[in-house]
Amino acid sequence: MTAPNTSLHNGRPRGKLKIFMGYAAGVGKTYKMLEEGQELKERGVDVVIGYFEPHARKDTIAKTEGLEMIPRQRIDYRGSVFEEMDTDAILARHPQVCLVDEFPHSNVGTERSKRWEDVQVLLDAGIDVLTTMNIQHLESLNDQIMHITGIQVRETIPDWVVQQADEVVMTDVTPRALLHRLRRGVVYGKEKSELALQNFFREQTLVALRELALRQAAHEVEHRSDVAPSKHNKILVLATADPPTAMLIRRAKRVSDFLSAECFAVAVQPTGDLSELSPTDREALERHLNFARNLHIETRILEGTDVASTLVDFARRNQITQIFLAQPREGMWIPLLSRDLVQRIVRLAKDMQIVIVSNRETAAR
Amino acid sequence: MREVRRKTPDELLREVQAEEAAIGKGHLKVVLGYASGVGKSFRMIDEARRRRERGQDVVIGAVQPTEPPEVEALLRKLEVIPLKNVKDGTGIDVDAILQRHPAVCFIDGLAYDNPPGFRNPTRWQDVQTLLDAGIKVVASINVQYIAELREQVQAITGKFPTQTVPIAFIKSASEIEIVDATPDEPVDPTPAEQMDAVHRQQRLSKLRELALVLAADVVDQQLTDYLDQHGIQQQLGAHERILVCITPRSNVTEMIDTARMIAERFHAELIAAYVAQAGISPEDQAALDERLAIARAAGARIVILDGESLVETLLTFAKSQGITQIFIGHSQRSGVASKLFGSPVDVLIRRSRGMDIRVFPQ
Repeated sequence: MTAPNTSLHNGRPRGKLKIFMGYAAGVGKTYKMLEEGQELKERGVDVVIGYFEPHARKDTIAKTEGLEMIPRQRIDYRGSVFEEMDTDAILARHPQVCLVDEFPHSNVGTERSKRWEDVQVLLDAGIDVLTTMNIQHLESLNDQIMHITGIQVRETIPDWVVQQADEVVMTDVTPRALLHRLRRGVVYGKEKSELALQNFFREQTLVALRELALRQAAHEVEHRSDVAPSKHNKILVLATADPPTAMLIRRAKRVSDFLSAECFAVAVQPTGDLSELSPTDREALERHLNFARNLHIETRILEGTDVASTLVDFARRNQITQIFLAQPREGMWIPLLSRDLVQRIVRLAKDMQIVIVSNRETAAR
Repeated sequence: MREVRRKTPDELLREVQAEEAAIGKGHLKVVLGYASGVGKSFRMIDEARRRRERGQDVVIGAVQPTEPPEVEALLRKLEVIPLKNVKDGTGIDVDAILQRHPAVCFIDGLAYDNPPGFRNPTRWQDVQTLLDAGIKVVASINVQYIAELREQVQAITGKFPTQTVPIAFIKSASEIEIVDATPDEPVDPTPAEQMDAVHRQQRLSKLRELALVLAADVVDQQLTDYLDQHGIQQQLGAHERILVCITPRSNVTEMIDTARMIAERFHAELIAAYVAQAGISPEDQAALDERLAIARAAGARIVILDGESLVETLLTFAKSQGITQIFIGHSQRSGVASKLFGSPVDVLIRRSRGMDIRVFPQ
C-alpha cells in the first residue's frame, strides 16, 4: 500500500484499505488476502483476522495458521443465532492490520447493518484493512450483473467505498481453471458444485463477469493516477417514484464517475415537497432519493407543476451538460402524458445532451 | 429468446475436454504481468508443480536468468530442459523439448530474440513450433514486450523495447491470466527513494492499466468466440460499445468529442454508422464524407448500413454488435409525419432495449 494518506480522524491517520477483487467464488481472493497477511506478519506487522469464511476449503484454511483470529460475536436474533464480525473486539485489540473476508456481507442484528460500514469504523480508528469482494457486488453494475447472470444481487457496495480504497487488485484465474476446481469439489462441497455449475458458473457467465472485473480494475487504476478531468461535465438525473429510477441512478452515477463529472438527482413536485404524493409513491420516491444520497449524489426536490420545463430550467441555471432520463414505459395503460415527458424534455433541452437509459433485460435465462 | 438447454456439469466438462483434444495442436496459456517482482515466475512454476502433482507430464523449457529463491526451490523438484548456450547468447532448446515431447511445457519469459543459427528468429516462434507439435505451452510475458504497445510503453517508461511479441500471438492464446499484485517495494526508503517511488508508482499504474485492458480485450474476444460457437444470439454488455449515427447534417464535432472521451474512459469500442440514403445530393455527400473522415480520425470503425427504415436498421445493427450506447443528433425535421408518429429520435428512444440513447444538440 503506497498512496500517502493524510486524512486524520481523531488525530490519527485513517487506516488504509486494500480490496482483493474477484469475479466468482473460488478464484482465490481469500487465499491471496491470507497470503499477504502471512507475509506482513513475517515482516513483524501486527496482523489479526477479523472475519474469515472457511467454506471448508483446505488450502485456504491452512493459510490462516499462525494468524491471530478475533472470535466472532454471537447474536440472538428472533430466536436464531447468527455469527458476525466483532468490530468492538477488534477496536479493543487494535492491531495494525485486520483481514476481513466478504466485504459486501449484510449483518444481522448488529449496530451497523453492513460489513463495509464496520470496516469504515476500523479504518477511522487507524487500522489498515485487507478485504475481499466479487465484482457482482458493486452497486453501479447491479443491472448489468442481473442482465448477465439473471441474479439480482442484494448485497451491494456503493462505488465510492471502493473508490476510497487505496488499492484494488484483481485476483485472476481463467474460467476453465475455475470450472475444473469446482468440478473437483474444491470450491463448494460436491453437491453444491453441481448446482453452481448449472447456474452461476456457466462458462459464458464467468467469462463476462471476468471481463467486467478486469475493466473495473483498469478503471480503478486509472482513477488513482492523476487523469486530468476531461471537459467539465455535470450530470442531472430525474428521479421519480417509478421503479426504473434505481437503475437510472446507478447508470448515471457510473457514467459520471468514469467522466469525473458531478452528479445531481432531482424530483419535481408541485409543492416542492412530497406531501401531494400517495403514500406508496412517496415511499418509493423517498427510497430513490435516499439511494442516490447513499451513492454520494446530491439530491433536491424542485417546485413546479410542469416537470419538463422545471427540470430544464434548473439544468440551465446550474450549467448541467447531460440529463439522464429513464426510458418511458410502453403499453396501453401508460398514459400518453408520461411518454410525452421524455419527448418534451428532449425538445426543450436542445442545447444539452439527453441520455435515455433503458432496462438491461435479463439475458441469462 | 435463447433456446439452449442447460448442461449438466459432466457435459460441460466433457465439452471443455473435447475442445482441448480437438484442437489437436497444443494449447497456449499466457500469464500476463506488468512489472518484475509481482511474482509471475512463482505463480507459473507453482502451476507446473501442481500439474505435476496431479500426474501431468510437465517440463520447464525456459527460466529467467535469475529466479528468486522460492522459485529456485520449486525448480529443484521439476524437470528442467536447460537453455541452449551459444557464443552470442541463449535460447530454448526446441529440438530437445520436441524429442522429450511432454504434455505441458512452461516457458518463463516469452519475449526474447534468438541468437543467429537457431531454428527460429524469436522465442515466440519457438513456442509456435511446440504448439504445432501438439505440446501445451504455458508462457509468461510482461505487457511492456507486446510489439503493438511499444509506443505507449515508451511514453510511460522512456524505454523502447526491442525484443517483443506480436499482439496477435497473445490473442491466439486459449487462455490468458493476469498476475495483478503489488510489486515489491524498498523497506524504509530514503527521501530520494521516496520521490523515486512516487514516479515508479505512476509508471507502474499506467503499465498495470495497459495490462488489465489487454487482458480484458482478449477475454472479450474469447466471449464473442464462445457465443458464436454455441450459436448464442445474446449480448452481455461487459464491454461498452458506442455507436455514433452520422448524417450529412450531424453536429459531428460534439458527438465525436464526447464519444472519444467516453470511449477512452470506459475503454469502449467506437463505431460510426451511416444509414445509406438514396438520391443524396452532391453537397450532402461531401458533408457526409467530411464527417465520416472526422469519425475515422477519432479512431472509430466506419460502417455504411443499408435499410429502409433508419431506426430499424440502426437497432438491428446495434443488437448484432452488442452496442451499449447509441449517439444521435436531435431531429431537425418537424414535419407532419413527425408530429403524428414521432421523429426518428422519438421512435429510437421508445424502441431501444438494453442500451442508452444519447441525444445531441444540433
